[in-house]
Amino acid sequence: MSLIVEGLTIDHGAIRAISNVSFKVGQGQLTAIIGANGAGKTTLLRTLSGLKEAASGSATWNGSSILGVRAEDLARSGIMHVSDGKSVIAELSVKDNLALTGLWRKDKKDVAEATKEVVELFPILGQRMNQSAGSLSGGERQMLAIGRALIARPRLLLLDEPSLGLAPLIVEQIFQTIKSFVKRMDLTVVLVEQNAMGALKIADQGIVLNLGSVVLTDSAENLLNDPAVRSAYLGF
Amino acid sequence: MKKAGKVHKPTTTRKRLLLFVLFGWLLLILGDRVGELELYQGSFVATYALAITSVVLLTGYSGQLSLGQSALMAVGAYAGALSIFNAGWHPVIGLIMSALIAGVFGLILGLVAARLSGPYLAGTTLALAISLPTLANQFPILGAEEGIAFDVGPAPARFGEDFSQYKWFFWISALASLIMVFFIVNLLSSRYGRTFKAVRDNPVAAQLSGINVEQLKVSAFAISSGVAGLSGGLLVMLISGVSPSAFPLSLSFSLLGAAVVTGLYNLKGVILGGLVLVAIPEIADSLVSRIGGSDNLTTVLPGFLVSALLILAVVFTPNGPGHLLKKHH
Amino acid sequence: MTQFITAVLTSLSSGAIYALMAIAIVLVWRSTRVINFAQAGQAVLTTYIGYTVIQRTGSFWLALVVAVISGAVIGAVIDRFFMRPIFKRVKSGPIVMIAPVVATLGLLGIIQAIIGFVWGITNQSIEAPVSTGGYKIMGTVIAFSSYNLLVLVFVAVAMLLLTLLFQRTNVGLALRASAYSPEIAKLSGIKVDSVRTLGWALAGAFGGLAGMLYIPGYFLYPNAMDLLLVLGFIAAVIGGLESLFGAFAGGMVLGFAIIFSTTYISPKLFFPTAFIVLIIVLLVKPAGLFAPKKSRGA
Repeated sequence: MSLIVEGLTIDHGAIRAISNVSFKVGQGQLTAIIGANGAGKTTLLRTLSGLKEAASGSATWNGSSILGVRAEDLARSGIMHVSDGKSVIAELSVKDNLALTGLWRKDKKDVAEATKEVVELFPILGQRMNQSAGSLSGGERQMLAIGRALIARPRLLLLDEPSLGLAPLIVEQIFQTIKSFVKRMDLTVVLVEQNAMGALKIADQGIVLNLGSVVLTDSAENLLNDPAVRSAYLGF
Repeated sequence: MKKAGKVHKPTTTRKRLLLFVLFGWLLLILGDRVGELELYQGSFVATYALAITSVVLLTGYSGQLSLGQSALMAVGAYAGALSIFNAGWHPVIGLIMSALIAGVFGLILGLVAARLSGPYLAGTTLALAISLPTLANQFPILGAEEGIAFDVGPAPARFGEDFSQYKWFFWISALASLIMVFFIVNLLSSRYGRTFKAVRDNPVAAQLSGINVEQLKVSAFAISSGVAGLSGGLLVMLISGVSPSAFPLSLSFSLLGAAVVTGLYNLKGVILGGLVLVAIPEIADSLVSRIGGSDNLTTVLPGFLVSALLILAVVFTPNGPGHLLKKHH
Repeated sequence: MTQFITAVLTSLSSGAIYALMAIAIVLVWRSTRVINFAQAGQAVLTTYIGYTVIQRTGSFWLALVVAVISGAVIGAVIDRFFMRPIFKRVKSGPIVMIAPVVATLGLLGIIQAIIGFVWGITNQSIEAPVSTGGYKIMGTVIAFSSYNLLVLVFVAVAMLLLTLLFQRTNVGLALRASAYSPEIAKLSGIKVDSVRTLGWALAGAFGGLAGMLYIPGYFLYPNAMDLLLVLGFIAAVIGGLESLFGAFAGGMVLGFAIIFSTTYISPKLFFPTAFIVLIIVLLVKPAGLFAPKKSRGA
């Protein structure tokens, strides 16, 4: 099961946000996509999860095309997109937020099981079950968003800037947690990040995106050691 | 928008004036050649065209979707009727009062409306359209159910014996509409009119460049109400009296429908719109006689056609004859 | 004193009906961001259907059930086959903002035309199933009848059921989530389109209930529910379009305002009161008097 993207081109209104992007993410691999603001990373993810249409190109997961498919259908087939902005519904409780991805699933027992596992992973959620999601801190919301996605037992996880707006300590925690459950659950992950260092440190592969095009693709380790990348994105 | 506009402006206005005068003259000549029925229908076309102009200004240009045009026409109609009947003023004054009072009413309404967005505005104006006509029942001075007569009198003697009442109606409605539309066209071609386009294209940028959007909306409401009021006065002139049933909610729908179909964003289609509104009952009638329907059918068909037209128009020709959007620069 | 009691009780039962319509409006607004003006047509259509049921069977209760169910079906059909294609079709340009509104207006006209064609436009009427004579309390007759009480009971039960649906069921959670954030709902695998259709079905059912409860005592003709729609809209605005509780409260506020002003000041003030209340709310607190601040719950 791998994600294969070929020649993907996406327009955002009159702007070509993504130009002819190609990459591959093997099963169980974590690929980090880094790049400055406006590089098109979010647009890319939104297209892979069905929220946006591509202009041309292809993207397949496990052999079948995921372009032009409705977001809710993709979600039901194991592709979970945790979108940026800490995508929780503030007006609903933590419990209700977590329940969203289990609503359509038939195996309620498994949903309960998965919820238990997520609460073990993020104990703070268990403590705040009946509070409104709006009352959570930034880091807690991120955990809630990720937890909600995990309950659906996804195969492909699309993470959009999980570290955005979070304190460095929390960011470290989140990245470590991601790395741990990715290995454990054999998830395939596309991690979009502005925090290039943190993302590359837990990734297998790294892709550098600039103004909608792929500038560099390499193993995460190589990218971490690449002087050009270091000066441009890692701040050394 | 800068120098070029200023230099050409006087010439364009003059050209336009010439055009309108020519057109008016043609209309009057035409009026001599056609029969009574055509004159009467033509009067309605002119009146509806004027009403549609008010819709284009309000909804197309200033982006305020209002269902209350029928109410504003009613205000103008009653104002005119009261002026002529109760106060005994000259019919021309009566018509001016129609425009003026409705305009003032629209100004006040506009102050409230400018703060309202889409659905709230639509709902509020809907409430107005439904409740205002019934107000006439409540206050005896407004003539209650029977209404008030609106009599412009016969044509002046010097036009001769052959000058029929219908021709007189035609002259008044066609000329009044023409004059009013001329003013509006000029208004919309001036900087004032261009401001609307700027706001429509990019409200945030417009506001940042100093345009007072709220003021603009209120003024549009007031002017459009004045136009509607005049058309209301003309309408009741044609039916010789105003009553609560003259301005039902369906009239607002019809005007909106005709405006959307013939072009919501420019004034080129208003005459066509007027024609459409006059034609629909006729078409309905002939349809019914051809398929031999019941009386029920005759009554409901015009409304059905207008509603269907409205839906088709908004879905399939959202920008009317479409060329305005192409001229986007 | 009796006048006061009468006024209060009448306000409750009038307000209850406005509340039903307000709920129908809010249900659609929250799921689709559209004020469904066609609701006036849907409600009167289901009432005519109820009328036919009564003509055939003589049973108000059966008619009520049929009206509510047909209201749900009609609501669902309209969303699925009318609104959805329109949203798909009209995606850009200045027309986007007014297109759905205009479409519901057009639909209203079509429904009313169809009604006129099928049933005719002359006034009909439906009789209340229970007495509409005022109760006698301590020797005086107050203008509150068994029928008014019935209305109150029905509305209370309907509200209760709706609240239970929203707060305690999975479907209710899906409805809430889709209303708050269609995007997150989609990404969670919720079929937002189907949920929306369900919202329209519920709205249609409430409209059907409102119509049947409203009509005894009034004439039934194609435009009979136009006023009710407007009053429901005003009630919804008072409560803030975002909450069902607000819709209910708004209905009550409007009911009280109208009944008290027509009882104590002048019967001519029915429309002016409604209109003035609307304007005041729009000017003072456009988000609605009961708008949730840090919103929680349906």
